[in-house]
Order: sequence, then C-alpha cells, then structure tokens
Amino acid sequence: MSIRHSLLALLSEGPKYGFQLRQEFEASTGDVWPLNVGQVYTTLDRLERDGFAESDDLDEDERQKNFRITERGAEELSRWLRTPPDLTQPPRDELVIKVLVAARLPGVDVYEVIQVHQRYLVQLMQQWTRLKEDEAHFDLALALAVDAELFRLDAVVRWLDVADGRLRRAAHESTTDGTAVLPRLRRRTGAHR
Amino acid sequence: MSMLELRRVSKVYGEGAAEVDAISSIDLAVERGSLVAIMGPSGSGKSTLLTIAGSLETPTSGDVMINGANVVSMSRNEKARLRRRTIGYVFQDFNLLAGLSAVENVSLPLELDGIPMKKARAQGMAVLDELGLAERAEQFPDELSGGERQRVAIARAVVGERSLLLADEPSGALDSVNGEAVMRMILSACHRGVAALVVTHDAKLASWADRVVFLRDGKAVDETLPPQRPEELLDPNAANPSES
Repeated sequence: MSIRHSLLALLSEGPKYGFQLRQEFEASTGDVWPLNVGQVYTTLDRLERDGFAESDDLDEDERQKNFRITERGAEELSRWLRTPPDLTQPPRDELVIKVLVAARLPGVDVYEVIQVHQRYLVQLMQQWTRLKEDEAHFDLALALAVDAELFRLDAVVRWLDVADGRLRRAAHESTTDGTAVLPRLRRRTGAHR
Repeated sequence: MSMLELRRVSKVYGEGAAEVDAISSIDLAVERGSLVAIMGPSGSGKSTLLTIAGSLETPTSGDVMINGANVVSMSRNEKARLRRRTIGYVFQDFNLLAGLSAVENVSLPLELDGIPMKKARAQGMAVLDELGLAERAEQFPDELSGGERQRVAIARAVVGERSLLLADEPSGALDSVNGEAVMRMILSACHRGVAALVVTHDAKLASWADRVVFLRDGKAVDETLPPQRPEELLDPNAANPSES
C-alpha cells in the first residue's frame, strides 16, 4: 500500500498539517492500517524533495508545518490511481509452498496440514466479520477495508478446499487404476485407504 | 441445558456393499443465543446433519435432544408438533408457497398450530416489519426479489416462539451484500435467545458464527477456537501464528 500516494490524496483536498494527515489517513482506511507519525514526516519530506508537495517555512509562533500538493503532485496522484498494481507475477505464497511440501513429504498428513490452515483462516475471518457486526457504529471505510480482507482470506480458504479435493482424487485414482499420478503421494496416503 | 444436542449421531444409507456412512458419530451442542456454523464441501454430510437435527430424518444411531427432550423416541405427532412450535427452517431455495402472500407464508405455521388467523397474521406482520418488509407483506413470492424472498423465509422461520433455527445454505444464490443481510438477521434472532445452526460451504457466511465446526466425509474433524477480541487484529504487535 502506498502511504506516499494516500498522503497526496489527502493533500489534494486542501493544505494540512502532518499530525492531521496521520489522523485522516487512519480514519479513511477504517483504522485498519495504523501509521506512526515518524512515517508521515519521512514521507512528507520525500514528497517535498520530489516536488509533489510543498510547505511554508515555519514562523516563530507556529509549531507545525502546513503542507500542500503541487501541480506535479496532482498529476502523480492521477497517474497512480489509474496504474494497475503488478499482478502479473504470482507472489511466492508461503501457504502454497507449505501445502506442496506437505503433499510430498512421507509421514506428513497433508489433509491435516490443510485443515490447520483452514481453521486459522476462518478464525481470522470471524474476527474481521465481528468488526462489521456493530451496525450502530457503521463506518463505510472500515466496511470496505474489512470486505477486501474477507474476500482475500475467503479466496485462500477456497483454494485449500480445492487442494484438499484434488489431492484426495489424485490419491484415489493412483490407488484404484494403478497408474502413479503422484507416486510419492500414493506412498504417503497409504494410511488413508 | 443446550437447545440442541446431538450425541454420537450416525446415519447410514443403503445396505451391505452399498452401505454409505453419511455422518458418523457426531457430537454437537448449540446453546440458546448462539450461532454455530457447519462448514464442509459438498457430500460431507452437512445437509443430512441438518435434517436429523430438525427431526425431518431419523438417525441410524445416537440421540437428538431438543430443549432436553429426546426426539428419537418421539411419536410422529410429537415430532410434528415440535417442528411447528420450536423449529424454524430456512432452505437454500426459500420454499415459499407461491399461492400465498408474504404475510400468509409467514403466519401459516402459527395457523397450523391452532392460533386464530387474526392473531397469527398480527405476529407475522410484526416479524416482517422487523425485517424491513412491512410494505411488501401483501406481495406474492413471484413479485418479490431474491433477497426479499429469503427475508420472508427467515421471518417464517423465527415467527412465534421458535427457539431453534436451522438453515441450509441460507444465502442461496444471493449476492454478497444480501447474503450478509441474511446472516445479520439470523444473528439478531440469536441475540433474542434463538439457537441457530447454519450449514454452508461459504467461509464468509460461516465467519458470522460464534463457532465453526468443520465436517469432512461425515465426521466433525475440527472446530474454531473461542473468538479473540477484534481489536487484536489491528494490533501490529500481536503474535502472528503463521510465523510460529
């Protein structure tokens, strides 16, 4: 997630102080991404260095700098919003690797490994869902951020479901028709027959 | 005492070589005011478990206790009375009667139980109102949207003094927002003291439950731990179990 561009977006609404930017950033992301004030000032310094934001010099009676977006900063924000994130390369997913390893290792019950992760993910989803439960304090930004997280986790749960089914079918086929689709898998699942 | 308790419940279909264990030796309790979800892939025995819990089917072995009474030893009439008075069902395809209006669908179980029509209708209207459907009460099922039909089905399941709500994929083919609305309604029934058991393959729906039981090949293989406080999610210093 780009803190840099999120701060530019907040500055595009009008000039703001660093502390105010931090508060508004956290509110606009439904308090799902906490930000420390040091990160805010480091990012603002870089935005100034790159000519995307500017600030006035502090007068003696002022305690905080007021930042505003430049024309170049506005162009950068517009470009960023429309640039798709790079999804072309699959991420090196730790969970996928764990399941692949478990499927090959003799003496490891891959279905049990899958279930451990599935339970953890559903518990995580229960916690996110609980954040949405309280309708009296409904917060649109929070609901959107929580939905995104739930859909992401749901996709992983579904992948685990499919993986479980696929591994069971492969094990079944290799034991019934004699062809070793996954020879090491067949050896490993002997206990499940 | 749990509202619903299954004790070592098994169901076998077929005989001899064709024998299939639909569910085996399931122990499960649902307390008043709590929502339990059963999650599992197709063919894992979810629906069988639900129909047995709702006394629509008899287990091959084991006991089904509803509000402390053993359903397995009840007569047909006693079971029918239990289903009319205590249990509400929500099915995937809603199962509303096409020839009856929304409010008639909702008040029908009360009338079947001998409650005078006027009184049954008033209770039906009250539940529909609670679910935001008062203005649609006189419409027939084919005049309602999918989301509205499912809300009517839920109203019918919780009308009167029903204290056990059983739902099979209750969000059916509804979109995510409507599916969420269905789970909110079930949860609000639980907050009024109803015990609810929902079976689903959808983790997003199951995550509304207090407890999720995982069913695989007819066996309960695992269940979620008691919930943590949501704030812990937002704490970047909280332990991440995936790293351990």
